[in-house]
Amino acid sequence: MHEMSLCEGIRTVIEDQARQHAFNGVKCVRVEIGRFSGVEKDALSFAFDVVMRGSVAEGATLEMIDLPGRAMCYDCIHEVEIENRLDPCPDCGGGKLMPVGGDEMRIKDLEVL
Amino acid sequence: MSQERLIQLETDILAKNDRYAAANRAILADREILTLNFVSSPGSGKTTLLCKTIEALGDQPLAVIEGDQQTANDADRIRATGAKAVQVNTGKGCHLDGHMVGHAMEHLKLANNSMLFIENVGNLVCPAGFDLGEDAKVAILSVTEGEDKPLKYPDMFTASRMALLNKVDLAPYCDVDLDLYEENLRRVNPSIEIIRVSARTGEGMDVWLQWLRDRLAQKAKPEAAE
Repeated sequence: MHEMSLCEGIRTVIEDQARQHAFNGVKCVRVEIGRFSGVEKDALSFAFDVVMRGSVAEGATLEMIDLPGRAMCYDCIHEVEIENRLDPCPDCGGGKLMPVGGDEMRIKDLEVL
Repeated sequence: MSQERLIQLETDILAKNDRYAAANRAILADREILTLNFVSSPGSGKTTLLCKTIEALGDQPLAVIEGDQQTANDADRIRATGAKAVQVNTGKGCHLDGHMVGHAMEHLKLANNSMLFIENVGNLVCPAGFDLGEDAKVAILSVTEGEDKPLKYPDMFTASRMALLNKVDLAPYCDVDLDLYEENLRRVNPSIEIIRVSARTGEGMDVWLQWLRDRLAQKAKPEAAE
């Protein structure tokens, strides 16, 4: 996907926060990643280390929290949780599901020094 | 001595892009400009379809933003139709973002109540996540790509409002099941609209042009009460 751009987004947010809250280092960045966000976690982790170099977050750990995939089933009109994007509805077996949650890519919090 | 502390954020990673996109959307709404973000794999026939669409729309004011990694070839092709076009080269980037589109809009001197077509970089993955301020994403698929394309790249088709199934004139030569193609599109997006077209023969183009005109009419703000 675009893990490098995502890390540049994370870096921008951290640098804005560093100006506002006057911190000198970041110990841990916690992000929430939805099941359907398309983010490749290994690639994000790799890009994170590269992109944070030379910033206030150099050397910080990246902690990723998974959020479940949720979809609306167009057959039984239930909101259900599914593991994979193309899974059938766990309630009725229907195959027409529209994602309603799980595309999150959020910075939850920063542990700073 | 420094002390550890926690800063709660709950901020979208793409918040900066979303702010640029929202600013673009506000300008485009105020000026009643129908804006469509065309997404597809490379080689689906996007530029040809856009050229034919522009020619068929006649004197409808419109402008095009062309996104490609390199070259100004596509903007040159669009300009040959008489439409205004600006090329954005993304270099190493794999998608257009809200900031690039905002800049391109400034260059184009858009007319009120016109159409703006944004031809995104040919890529079915990254552009799905980057809002540009458009009214809708229009996915272009060609019949030669195979019926399972929507299942392989579901995010893009979930994010799209309309799918144009292009090059239908080639369907008899490539063993493609167009009904299955549509079924797979609806499997990843039950509410997607689909039109079968051929930019080459003109098949289905009248339905597509009517869709565009209807969307433009909807974009007009209600007249102020007298």
